[in-house]
Amino acid sequence: MDDTALGFWGVPLAVLAGAIRVSTPFIFVSLGETITERSGRINLGLEGTLVFGAMSAYAVAVITGSPWLGVLAAMATGAVFGLIHGFICKFPKVNDIAIGIAMMQFGLGLAFFLGKPFIQPSAPKLPAIALGNWSSLPQVQSALNINVLFLIGAALAVFLWWALKNTRIGLILRVVGDSSDAARAMGLNPDTIRLVATAAGGALAAIGGAYLSLFYPGSWNEGISSGQGLMAVALVIFARWNPIGCFLASLLFGGAGALGPALQSVGVSQGYYLFYAAPYVMTLIIMIATSSPTRPLAGMPGALSLVK
Amino acid sequence: MTIEANMPTLPPLTGRAGHFRPLLEGLARRTEPVAIALFAVVVGLALFSVFIAAIGKSPLQLFQLMYAGGFGSWFSIQNSLSRAAPLLLTALCVALPARLGLVVIGAEGAVVLGGLAGAAIAVPLIGSAQPLLAWVMMAVAGMVVGGIWIGLAGFLRHYRGVNETIASLLLSYIAIALMNHLIEGPLRDPASLNKPSTAQLPPEFMLGKIPGMDVHWGLVIGVLACIGSWILIERTSFGFAARVAGGNVRAAQIQGLPVGRLVVGLTALAGAFAGLAGTIEVAAVQGSANGALIAGYGYAGILVAFLARHNPLAIIPVAILLGGIDASGGLIQRRMGLPDATVLVLQGTLFVVILFCETLYGRFKAFNPDLWKRSA
Repeated sequence: MDDTALGFWGVPLAVLAGAIRVSTPFIFVSLGETITERSGRINLGLEGTLVFGAMSAYAVAVITGSPWLGVLAAMATGAVFGLIHGFICKFPKVNDIAIGIAMMQFGLGLAFFLGKPFIQPSAPKLPAIALGNWSSLPQVQSALNINVLFLIGAALAVFLWWALKNTRIGLILRVVGDSSDAARAMGLNPDTIRLVATAAGGALAAIGGAYLSLFYPGSWNEGISSGQGLMAVALVIFARWNPIGCFLASLLFGGAGALGPALQSVGVSQGYYLFYAAPYVMTLIIMIATSSPTRPLAGMPGALSLVK
Repeated sequence: MTIEANMPTLPPLTGRAGHFRPLLEGLARRTEPVAIALFAVVVGLALFSVFIAAIGKSPLQLFQLMYAGGFGSWFSIQNSLSRAAPLLLTALCVALPARLGLVVIGAEGAVVLGGLAGAAIAVPLIGSAQPLLAWVMMAVAGMVVGGIWIGLAGFLRHYRGVNETIASLLLSYIAIALMNHLIEGPLRDPASLNKPSTAQLPPEFMLGKIPGMDVHWGLVIGVLACIGSWILIERTSFGFAARVAGGNVRAAQIQGLPVGRLVVGLTALAGAFAGLAGTIEVAAVQGSANGALIAGYGYAGILVAFLARHNPLAIIPVAILLGGIDASGGLIQRRMGLPDATVLVLQGTLFVVILFCETLYGRFKAFNPDLWKRSA
């Protein structure tokens, strides 16, 4: 059976496949940003962390031959980026949003600089689990060829959702995020906890980058990210700082992102560039629909200065 | 604590020092931003030197090349000035909303759409209109489209409470998709085979060079825009109202200031400048709207604006400095075998250090007359 046998039925299938394949970086970045924002700080620099994570994962995978060591290396670099952000934001008069933008430019520049020698060599890919072997259709098989990181991301979303509600660490994070004063009254140091939360967020975001370079699209180049790290910040707002919401929203974004290429593959040649804008338009519409000028967003951590 | 206790008290103006005190106070307050900015640049360059030394290259040679490539000869100075021209306008796109307390980072989208609008409106004018009319029409088209684009982010911020940083960035991605769609489809010049573009402007529509220089008129327009913006912000009641609203929105509203109109008006003006940058790029450099418009001017403008602390006049030297660093990129690449991203690393390092140094404001007694001894 050839690739076009499905006709236009290929579009929803491709969107589903895309939702699973494209969503994984969104899942990790948005979960990371959720941890950071639940502690009361915004890290807008996750785009830089993501790209640097993609580069370091690819480089380490090329050198060691192990993609999983690549993922670990990405996590380490992501944590370092988060620590730098968290450390700088500890100081008074420093704007966390502006530092995020600066860290993004720094991360991108450093990733392109150090990643130059790794554009050519090819790295071993992360393994995928073939869940589609029951079907004879190659499209279904490839759609259900699910990467391990996607499953880890799904499990992590559920775990974080549970942990935020039911564990001591989750409680500490929520207290610090809602009120620095309340946290101090409990004997907690908000700056230290935000530092750790930003580092954890950076480590998770970098896994998203590792997925980009080691699975899909599965190569390292300077155009590897199309703003996933930034969209994920908007996605966290949409998901109301809820990890399971982040997972579902990521699937939605992945599906929207897959619409353009899917239409192109079935021969729709007119206007498919507009479909590339679908995730951005969707994010914007969602933000307009869910924001309000008069009251803070439902579920927003109290200490977060998203709209001053 | 009484209110009086918080008020800075001036010493009685007795003795010789008293006469100089207002002068010294003014000097101290004005020196602080310059001193801190210079300190930040020195620290940033030092960190960057460590990085360059760590990968086994000579920082000294790098800075020499950077100087030679940016400002070492008349040729390189002109090159730097040409690169600074769009940065002047895109930095204004960040600096003006910043005076309202908004962080707008979507100038790239306004540049792209401004260039596209300018190129599109020029096409029907080819052969029938005077160049001056064409330039005015192109500038208006670019500014209107850019103004709508960034003004929309301001509108959403004020009337819908949407975070303007993320909204402007999303709009920027949408703008790029829109341009790709239009130059691949409806506005595509059939003659542009490999590189989709709008129709090429005829030579008489091209914005020329400044007499005696190899720099296009965009530099003059950018400098004038910076000076005009400075007058607007620092010397008009509109600018004063904007600064009040940027300092404290509640206070501005209680005073009856039209905060909504201020936000939309100033973000639209900011977007108009970025749109104009795109139009100039088309009319002076590219000759048509194409993918080359997505050159990162919008993102470099963010750095310029923050380095200039959102002061429109300070943008001029900062943009020329950044233009110089940018211009030296090619030389560094050829002579030292460093990747072109070297300039990006330097910019990123400077950016982080400069923002970090914001924390130094008000910490030094020498710059803060309120802390001076009364007997001074």
